[in-house]
Amino acid sequence: MSPRAAWQLEALGFKDVYDFVAGKAEWIAQGFPTEGNGPHYPLVGEVARRDIVRECHLGSVVADSRTAMGETGQSYCVVLNGNDILLGRLRNRHLTSGDEVVVEQVMEVGPSTVRATESADALLKRMEARDVSVALVTSAKGKFLGVARRKDLERLVNQSRAERYAGQERRH
Amino acid sequence: MPKEIGIKDLRRLLVEAPVQLIEVLPSQEFDEEHLPGAVNIPLKQLNAQTTATLDRSRPVVVYCWDDA
Repeated sequence: MSPRAAWQLEALGFKDVYDFVAGKAEWIAQGFPTEGNGPHYPLVGEVARRDIVRECHLGSVVADSRTAMGETGQSYCVVLNGNDILLGRLRNRHLTSGDEVVVEQVMEVGPSTVRATESADALLKRMEARDVSVALVTSAKGKFLGVARRKDLERLVNQSRAERYAGQERRH
Repeated sequence: MPKEIGIKDLRRLLVEAPVQLIEVLPSQEFDEEHLPGAVNIPLKQLNAQTTATLDRSRPVVVYCWDDA
């Protein structure tokens, strides 16, 4: 929709026209402030955190990941390229390879991900149905944005529901 | 020709230039939640009359929900 709007503005005589292609969803998902009367429907990106997951990069060796995972007690780490694109996941079971084996030779390629702009409510329901505790979150172009924990999604969704309920009460 | 920008460029523009932000979604969606400082002109109403109050010498940034 916005590309057509951008061209329409140019046709109307505007000389300096920009199209913010990622749109409102990306803005909200990254946690930037908004205005409006609500309700606010929370998005997955609002709870995505990179500080709670180990990351390793293409070309690194299994021994490094084993050490990093051992230090944090995590059962996996994500494998990124130099542009932060999520390419794989290394699990405990992959660590039995030799110390000098590069991670891309043993990692799980193309792990399932969710978009940061997806509804938090919808993802929470899927995670509950499948008993999953963590989801890997990326941008539309595959950039790793962090992990969304089920407990964080529950908190966000419940908070949003409470705010919507309070808004309805005020209107009545 | 309109220029596509990402969120980093948008944030830079908002600081550096007197940008006019336009949300082209329906008014109900705009009323619920929009970017700070944005004005609402739904796509179907984007014409010479509805843009008359905008400054053609300043940059304009349009956005909708996402890139789908």
